[in-house]
Amino acid sequence: MADDAQQQVKKSFMYVNRKAPYGTIYALEALEVVLISAAFEQDVSLAFLDDGVFQLVKGQNTAGIGMKNFSPTFKALGDYEIRQLYVERESLEERGLTSEDLMEITWEDEEDDYAKKPSIRIVSRMELTEVMAQQDVLLNF
Amino acid sequence: MKLGILVNEGPYTHQASDTAYQFTKAALEKGHEIFRVFFYHDGVNNGTRLTVPPQDDRNLQQAWSELAEKHNLDLVVCIAAAQRRGILDEGEAKRHGKDASNIAPGFRISGLGQLVESGIVADRLVVFGD
Repeated sequence: MADDAQQQVKKSFMYVNRKAPYGTIYALEALEVVLISAAFEQDVSLAFLDDGVFQLVKGQNTAGIGMKNFSPTFKALGDYEIRQLYVERESLEERGLTSEDLMEITWEDEEDDYAKKPSIRIVSRMELTEVMAQQDVLLNF
Repeated sequence: MKLGILVNEGPYTHQASDTAYQFTKAALEKGHEIFRVFFYHDGVNNGTRLTVPPQDDRNLQQAWSELAEKHNLDLVVCIAAAQRRGILDEGEAKRHGKDASNIAPGFRISGLGQLVESGIVADRLVVFGD
């Protein structure tokens, strides 16, 4: 998909998810960009803060609202070599959530006998600002 | 500087498209290069030629089209987002058996890869949203 000139450039892309999974389309369409970006061989990470942390809550059931439950897609991100999902601790706490409430999302480490390793990292607001400051491209949704 | 622009909101409900337009115009006047303007989410609604705002109000679609013509801008509407919201060019209208197309002059429909490419190629990707 990407031509030779682009492939020479490797940038860090962070997709910042700030909104709840349903109610608006931002979360779903953000995930569509994330999946496309995987084809460009860039260094991709995701951040979840504010109501965006609800996107990773396990046991989502959308049957009652007539929407597609797209949360299983997050579990497939490891297959796209997207292994860094930063979740802001303060946003979890403000909403009465803990890491126990989140889906288990892993990636397989080829260099470690395909051991499954967690993709989610809970970080403080301060730590997240530092990670953001290191990015080449930040996309907010 | 080479800039990529992302517009995530439609015209009129949000100010994002107005601000993106003013920013893009100002950047061009300062001699910066605009690699591409990408329209996503409801931002695709900036690209319909069927909008008819009141005469005493600004016409954002027309403003974008004129800016594109003047500066040879690449205005790209995301195909997946556009199809959800009824923004079609002639080819897409035909492909989906629709009786009309509505893409505005200067806009073209393409994939999300064009947005990622903007992030890679541009020195800065500037996002306008809610």
